[in-house]
Amino acid sequence: MKGTNHRQKSYVEVITRTDCEGIVHPLEVIWDDGRHFEISRVLECRQAAALKVGGRGLRYLVDVCGKETYLFFEDPRWFVEEIIYSNAAHTL
Amino acid sequence: MYPRPLFQNKALQDQLTEPAAQHECKVNHPALPSFQQRIILHVDLNCFYAQAECFRRPELRDKPVVVGGDEEARHGIVLAKNMIAKGFGIKTGEALWQARQKCPGLVSVRADYRHYQRIAQAARAIYYDYSDRVEPFGLDECWIDVTGSAELFGGGQRAGRFIAEEISERSKSELGMSVSVGVSWNKVFAKFGSDYKKPDGITHITPDNYQDLVWAAPASELLYIGPATTRKLADAGIFSIGDVAGASAKLMRGKLGKIGAMLQVFARGEDASLVRVMDQDKRDVSYGIKSIGNSMTAPHDLRGEADVKALVYLLSESVAQRLRESRLKAQTITAYIRHADLHSYHRQKQLLLPSFLTGEIAAAAYDIVCENEDLSRETSFRSLGVRASNLISMWDPTQTNLFVAEPARIAYEDLEFSIDDLRRRYGNKVVMRGCELHSSRMSRKDIKADNTIHPVGFLRS
Repeated sequence: MKGTNHRQKSYVEVITRTDCEGIVHPLEVIWDDGRHFEISRVLECRQAAALKVGGRGLRYLVDVCGKETYLFFEDPRWFVEEIIYSNAAHTL
Repeated sequence: MYPRPLFQNKALQDQLTEPAAQHECKVNHPALPSFQQRIILHVDLNCFYAQAECFRRPELRDKPVVVGGDEEARHGIVLAKNMIAKGFGIKTGEALWQARQKCPGLVSVRADYRHYQRIAQAARAIYYDYSDRVEPFGLDECWIDVTGSAELFGGGQRAGRFIAEEISERSKSELGMSVSVGVSWNKVFAKFGSDYKKPDGITHITPDNYQDLVWAAPASELLYIGPATTRKLADAGIFSIGDVAGASAKLMRGKLGKIGAMLQVFARGEDASLVRVMDQDKRDVSYGIKSIGNSMTAPHDLRGEADVKALVYLLSESVAQRLRESRLKAQTITAYIRHADLHSYHRQKQLLLPSFLTGEIAAAAYDIVCENEDLSRETSFRSLGVRASNLISMWDPTQTNLFVAEPARIAYEDLEFSIDDLRRRYGNKVVMRGCELHSSRMSRKDIKADNTIHPVGFLRS
């Protein structure tokens, strides 16, 4: 059983597409160990604060590997609220 | 676009979609004079600097935190404190060492003004969603006149409360900051309302409840009643805001002069001053500029001519550059001098011709210092300031002087604009005068970039 300790702010690489309207669509998140996570759907995008880890910007609610998670665009960088497990590797 | 909620405030959405509720929110007081039908909000970001730091660093949220100046540069005072630090009796403005004595586990964070400016800007972007009449009062406070958009929120005075609730919710969810909001029909009561319930409160002051809420409060709670006025009023037996409202006009005028009459207007809720429409991009600086100045407490006490000259020139560089940016010329230069024993004074001087030239402004300021001070190494100075006032547009026609070579001045003006262009591209330190390099600690300071604009008075013209 994995125990959640806390969350931390982790900046990540993101591959995006910018359409003709200037709207940015995140396509893939690249984790610090080189793994690629494809974003299958963006469910919502709004200005929001990352209350758990501190920071604010455009918050994308994205579907990654069938799980919903938040991806923040803190112009010009992207970050996630990384879950730090007590006995496991990094997880989005 | 991605799906986005139409209403930020779910409760409001429910109320507005109910026809009965919509009907109920129509104008409450049709008989009120038109200025009393205005809806003005005053929004105050609670413990702004401290809250911004605690939000950015979650590990600080359960600790007593103060935001202070740079102690090494002798700016070590408390600029803001969070609610926990407030509980230890720490006061804004006291020295950091005093604060640490009151609260041994105190966390002191260096102020990051640019970060606060970004948050204030994001907060104002939220306010601009409700009205174009947004008037900042310092970095963390704003008045918003939402009279024109009230109909979109059900109309009438209750619309003000709905908008206040929505702004409060959005500040929390989008910025992570709590705000307190005052809603009323005039700016003074709206400000009173935002101070009434802190943190994270909404206070609606209406023509029905203002006598209970405002009039019962001590006179010192009213805008523009500070400690000195409170003392004068107490001498006349005036203790509450209600007393101010009910006092005889003759007594108020006799005690306080013109201000007395104004305070009575404030206390009676008759203040009809408008929420100004500001240029959203300029924000803090869109007022008519009356003077441009910079002052600095030096990292070490200044002794001797070279030290003083270096700081005067550094300050003048910033003042002159800001004059040129605003396309203004100054006719009067004021120097502010503060000794190491904290004794301070101002002296001013007229320029021969209106100018934005660094050389002329610095020379005038340095002349003032030389005329009033003995610059031998015995006297030491803690801070100096240079201010340019009596401003005119740089395009205004001016009388030239027979004894000043005008072509040379024009060449200097062109040179200054070229230097400004270099500084814009490569930073303010790219071109400097030799005398400014006297002290390396001082010459590293970028006074213009560090310049901050402080709250402008309520009574500005």
